[in-house]
Amino acid sequence: MNVLTPSTLDEALRHRAEFPDALPIQGGTDVMVDVNFDRARPETVINLNRVEELQGWRRDNGSLWLGAALSYTDVITSELASVVPALAEASRTVGSPPIRNRGTIGGNVATASPAGDALPPRLVEGAEVLLASTRAQRRLPLADFLVGPKTNALASDELIVGVRLTPCGQPQTFMKVGPRNAMVIAICSIALVADRERDELRAAFGSAGPVAGLITAPLSERSTFAEAVSNAASPIDDVRGTATYRRHALRVLVGRAMDRCLG
Amino acid sequence: MLRDRLGLPGSKNACEQGECGSCAVLLDDELVCSCLVLAAQSEGRSVVTVEGLRNGDILHPVQQAFIDAGAVQCGFCTPGLIVAAVDLLRHQPDPSEDEIREALAGNLCRCTGYAKIIDAVKLAATAGGGST
Repeated sequence: MNVLTPSTLDEALRHRAEFPDALPIQGGTDVMVDVNFDRARPETVINLNRVEELQGWRRDNGSLWLGAALSYTDVITSELASVVPALAEASRTVGSPPIRNRGTIGGNVATASPAGDALPPRLVEGAEVLLASTRAQRRLPLADFLVGPKTNALASDELIVGVRLTPCGQPQTFMKVGPRNAMVIAICSIALVADRERDELRAAFGSAGPVAGLITAPLSERSTFAEAVSNAASPIDDVRGTATYRRHALRVLVGRAMDRCLG
Repeated sequence: MLRDRLGLPGSKNACEQGECGSCAVLLDDELVCSCLVLAAQSEGRSVVTVEGLRNGDILHPVQQAFIDAGAVQCGFCTPGLIVAAVDLLRHQPDPSEDEIREALAGNLCRCTGYAKIIDAVKLAATAGGGST
C-alpha cells in the first residue's frame, strides 16, 4: 500500500486527480474497517490528516463552516455544542470516546450511511457540502449529495472540504433508538427543529430509508407531524429491526422531540 | 505494526473495527483505537501503548489499581481499559460513575461484568491516577 500524505489541499487535490482509484482517509473509522475486513484493498491511500484547510470550524457572515476533518469530540467539547446542539447530541451518540476522537463529520457525509448519526442534524439545518477538485469548487445541498445507501455524489477527483450551514438558533434535539447508549448503529434516529421564526417543524430521520430524509410542516400541524414523518420514511426489515418497529419508533421519537422542543 | 514489528503485544488485535477497545492507545495524547489508524498516519507523532505507562519498575497508578481492585480476569481487555482509564483521569481526575461508564463504553470485557473495573478507576482516581 502506497500512502500519500499531502500537507495542503492543493496537493491533496492533485493526488486525487492523478490517482482517481486512491482511497482518501481521514479518521479511518469507516475506511479502516473496510481495509481490515478486506472489503477494500486500495493500492494508494491519500492520508488527509495533515491538510490544514480541512481542520477546525469558523463563523462566516452568520453562517458556520465546519471543516471535513472536524471530529465528533470537537463538536461536543467546543462552543459548537451550543451553536448546533442537535449535531452535538448526535455526535455524543457516535461509537465511543476513541471513535469520536477520530471519526469526522466529513467522513460521516462521505460514507453516506443511512444510519449516519450526524446527517439528520445537518439536514434540519439546511447544510451544504463543499466539494473541491483541481477543476473547480462546488457546493451541493446535503440532501442532494446523499444519493443512496453508502453512495454519494462525490466525483472521483473531488474531496469533501467541509459543510456550511446557517444555525437557526431554534429549539432542536436528536434522538436515537438502539440497544445501548454506546457503540450503536441506530435502529432509527430523528433530528427535529421547532422553528418559531419560520413557523416550521423540520425533522430528519436516519436508518429509516435508503438515505436520511427531511420532512417539514407548519407548526400548526404539530398534531399530525409524527405520523407524517413516519409515513414519509421507507424503512426495511434488517438485522437491527423491522420496518414496522421503525415506523412506530419514529412516531414516538418525533412526539417526544416536539414535547422537548415546544413544551 | 505495534505487535509484530515493534514487539509490543499489550494492544490487542481483536475486533479490527473499533468496537472492542482492546487496541486502545494514546496518539499524541488522544485516545484512539489503533486498529483504525494506519501506521503511516502516526508518522512523526507520539504513540503510547499500555507498555509505555509505567515508570521503570513502578506501575502506573491505574495499572496498580486494576490489580488492587481485582479488575483483571483473563486480561485480554485490560490494556485497552487501562489506556482508556488513564485518558479519562487526565481529563477528569475525579469522575462520577456515569462519567466512568461513558468513558469506558468502547471497551468490551467478557469476564468481569465491569463492576470491578469501575471500582479500579475510582480507586485510581483517589490514588491520583490522573496526575501522570
